[in-house]
Amino acid sequence: MFYREAGQFKTSYAADQGLLPIVQDRWFVVGLLLVAFIVVPFIGNDYWFNALLTPFLIYAMAAIGLNILTGYCGQLSLGTGGFMAVGAYATYKLMTAFPELNLIVVMVLSGGITAAVGVLFGIPSLRIKGFYLAVATLAAQFFIIWLFNKVPWFFNYNASGQITAPPSEMFGIQITGAEANPAITYLFTLSVVTVFALTAKNLVRSRAGRSWMAIRDMDIAAEIIGIRPLMTKLTAFAISSFYIGIAGALLFAIWLGSAEVTEAFGIDKSFLVLFMIIIGGLGSIMGSFLGAAFMMLLPIFLKNLFVDGLGFGTGFAEHVQITLMGVLIIFFLIVEPHGLARLWQIGKEKLRLWPFPY
Amino acid sequence: MLFFLEATISGLTAGVMYALVALGFVLIFKASGVFNFAQGVMALFAGLTLVGFMDEFGMPVWLALISTVGVMIGLAWLIERLVLRKLVNQEHIILFMATLGLTYVLEGMGDILWGSDVKLLDIGLPQGASDWLLDGYGLYVEKLEVVAAVTGGVLVVILAIFFQKTRIGRALRAVADDHQAALSVGINLHTIWVIVWSVAGVVALVAGIMWGTKSGIQFSLSLIALKALPVLMLGGFTSIPGAIIGGLIIGVGEKWAEIYIGPMVGGAIENWFAYMLALLFLLFRPQGLFGEKIIERV
Repeated sequence: MFYREAGQFKTSYAADQGLLPIVQDRWFVVGLLLVAFIVVPFIGNDYWFNALLTPFLIYAMAAIGLNILTGYCGQLSLGTGGFMAVGAYATYKLMTAFPELNLIVVMVLSGGITAAVGVLFGIPSLRIKGFYLAVATLAAQFFIIWLFNKVPWFFNYNASGQITAPPSEMFGIQITGAEANPAITYLFTLSVVTVFALTAKNLVRSRAGRSWMAIRDMDIAAEIIGIRPLMTKLTAFAISSFYIGIAGALLFAIWLGSAEVTEAFGIDKSFLVLFMIIIGGLGSIMGSFLGAAFMMLLPIFLKNLFVDGLGFGTGFAEHVQITLMGVLIIFFLIVEPHGLARLWQIGKEKLRLWPFPY
Repeated sequence: MLFFLEATISGLTAGVMYALVALGFVLIFKASGVFNFAQGVMALFAGLTLVGFMDEFGMPVWLALISTVGVMIGLAWLIERLVLRKLVNQEHIILFMATLGLTYVLEGMGDILWGSDVKLLDIGLPQGASDWLLDGYGLYVEKLEVVAAVTGGVLVVILAIFFQKTRIGRALRAVADDHQAALSVGINLHTIWVIVWSVAGVVALVAGIMWGTKSGIQFSLSLIALKALPVLMLGGFTSIPGAIIGGLIIGVGEKWAEIYIGPMVGGAIENWFAYMLALLFLLFRPQGLFGEKIIERV
């Protein structure tokens, strides 16, 4: 009834190819962004920003990155944690070496560095495919973590082995460091993620995105029609790593403030982000957000339910929570292997016909 | 020279231990194309169950072993019933994710049922250094590692015969080649899956016993799955002898690297060295040393 596109005529190619061709979608997204930018910073409290919204946005960013590689280009990767670490450490080195550099510039440079590392580890992808490649990306994960743990140059020879983000300002407002206002860091993260999510959405509709999908669907056939597999895969690795690197930079500089490499960027982070894109939906930018929200909220919800709601001990509750996470993941895969994004799509189809079933 | 020999032997025996875990992977991948990430946790779960039966129910070793095998078969049946059957015909990555979920479930269940503290496992396997080699040749070799090596070898022979000579083995290979074709000639897919997961569960139990006797049953046991992955890459996902040879190469390579390269770069390189080694091999043979050559058609 409300969600019906009858009467919305397109009179130009530009309108027909628009990012959100249906008026209702457009209004919904604009409204959502307005609420996120204007209303939320005023009504939210510090707990919301620090424990929910900022990490959600950061992980959504990482999920977009991995989705470009795995969902759009079909190259399964388990090296996400390692690439996030590259972004974080690049940011740290740049921030301490060039304190006057603008934070945005630092982040883009860190993304670039991560992209270079990603391409390096993406080179085997031409010969190695499928699960063999997934295990090969684990090599990247373990090697990078070991490197940042063992080579003191990366953490500026300090005794603790941790990296800590020095305070930095933008337009006279403090963004990183302990005194930064959570609402401000949230807004900063939101701006970065919005810009890059829109870029990604457009990127996957472009020539590059269509090449990725061709490689994903059948790489040999794609090669025959003239798509160069190595270039396509390497651009996917580069852009994916760029996003993951920026997510790592945000995670370290904006959210955590200080990080220890094995703890913050371990193999479990790789799996977490992989869960996000599978639950959210492979090959969908919006799915990255939905998956990130699901995987961020679920542990908090379960923790509240078991510890506060049912009064279990924390140790026991943790085991129950782990089990339940596993059960839910399997359940979800059985119910909808194509993820939350597919459910959303089905919902829209239904809404289009509502209240009539056919 | 003696030290080098000792390092090599200890590398070889460690390699057999990796190969034991890798074997379970190969079995499941061979028969259903599922990349079973839960194999390491299955070893942990089997070990925990065995210790639990012995300590908490006071069962003698043989009864506890039989009961644990029963539990692993029951587990295989449950997995087939509740997970695999519902995910027939899904993409590989979805099945892989399901086994990741299974990892969490088994990890949590093991802790809930048997507690999360480190447990000692002693089912009467010989421990300590082998006196004969120590006295005669001055070589320090753990008895347990010899037992593990022999067990690994015996398991491979049994599995090879099982796969090549028996009716079920033939059916397993048929399913691995083509699910639908196997179904259409009357092979029951569900039974095959239960059998394969049961065998993988028993292999996991053997791995759990060996690792558990060596270093106690604890959470870190599940992390040997991460050690078994480069072994698989090296040997090929579909080859049982490949798992053993790959395990030996990784075990020895890792030991040598740790001793001769490690001190130069700050140590603790065993985490990634195996992966880098496997990656190098893969650049020359993308399907692993013994994997089936992938023929691609459009």
